[in-house]
Amino acid sequence: MSSSTEWPLWEVFVRSRRGLSHTHAGSLHAPDAEMALRNARDLYTRRNEGVSIWVVPSAEITASSPDEKDSFFEPAGDKPYRHPTFYDIPEGVKHL
Amino acid sequence: MATAHQPPSTAPHHTAAGAADTAALESAFDAAVAADERIEPRDWMPDAYRSTLVRQMAQHAHSEIIGMQPEANWITRAPSLRRKAILMAKVQDEAGHGLYLYSAAETLGASRDDLLDKLHSGRQKYSSIFNYPTLTWADVGAIGWLVDGAAITNQVPLCRCSYGPYARAMVRVCKEESFHQRQGYELLLALSRGTPAQHAMAQDAVDRWWWPSLMMFGPPDAESSHSEQSMTWKIKRHSNDELRQRFVDICVPQAESLGLTLPDPDLRWNEERGHHDFGAIDWTEFWSVLKGNGPCNEQRITQRRRAHEEGAWVREAAAAYATKNSERKEATA
Repeated sequence: MSSSTEWPLWEVFVRSRRGLSHTHAGSLHAPDAEMALRNARDLYTRRNEGVSIWVVPSAEITASSPDEKDSFFEPAGDKPYRHPTFYDIPEGVKHL
Repeated sequence: MATAHQPPSTAPHHTAAGAADTAALESAFDAAVAADERIEPRDWMPDAYRSTLVRQMAQHAHSEIIGMQPEANWITRAPSLRRKAILMAKVQDEAGHGLYLYSAAETLGASRDDLLDKLHSGRQKYSSIFNYPTLTWADVGAIGWLVDGAAITNQVPLCRCSYGPYARAMVRVCKEESFHQRQGYELLLALSRGTPAQHAMAQDAVDRWWWPSLMMFGPPDAESSHSEQSMTWKIKRHSNDELRQRFVDICVPQAESLGLTLPDPDLRWNEERGHHDFGAIDWTEFWSVLKGNGPCNEQRITQRRRAHEEGAWVREAAAAYATKNSERKEATA
């Protein structure tokens, strides 16, 4: 019960089938990477949900802060010309 | 910089500027909930929202792993290899559901060891239903049909819970629970259509599990202490009584198809309401089991503690092995 032996937390990413990216499935505790993979298989792919698994120590993930939400993503906010729908094209022009 | 799981530092409450900030954060939170957006781990949230969720997810996780016991009781005595394989898969699923939920609780800063400690010392509860014994093989069927059925009725709306990690865990759980309920129903059907003794065994199990299953939805709305705030926060989407009624309406025709009866003389269709009326629930029993006086409270928690203590050397050995390996790697690097 002592916290000194609590295993570190790992984030699990699963590729559900070939051709798709790995997607975050959840997290789990394991003593090392090898056990994290085995635990991830038992926990997140009991019904053939995956063909490949990544495990990453949760402490190694760097995340953007939600407090920065506005300013951090602001540069993309005022650039509608980055989207194809921004442009007026006459009716009948094809393959564009 | 911060890691994915690290909860944000709490906003300063003590200064005048801090109070204004908190008010702004609170209104942003309320707006997100009202707009049906999901709250994610590192968003600002009221302390009471956080503690309510940790309490609810922990209790839910505890219920999943304690729930392994009454069914595991029958694994070695399953009547066929088919039934045994099904039951093992189901019990393994319950362990998995517990782990999904513990992980979700940890996104709010709870520690796994601390949650288990609270379960073992009785400071956090698990669902009272698991304090009833599984006396016959038919109980495995009744648990699948009624207990998992009630759990599904409760859990489907939780897939839309305002807290993202909880909602996502519930999506996974609900997908898997559907097999649990169907295997239970099939098991009861086989018994119901079997010999008179098998039919009687199935009926007896349903008679014993029906009322405790109705209690799983919690006390009546008028007496439910956490309901109102949880509804506002969209942690909860329907009231206890509403979900209980939905469950009764679903079960009545299913019982008919099974060829079994539900043990309630007051159960009848009410044309006017468009629902089944049902008899009064014995809430004295509910509160008594919750307070620790159910038939198996002592046994469940003792077994849980023993499993944890007897597994300690495995956890320590695995940690020591991991440390040794990483030190070796560093030495050769």
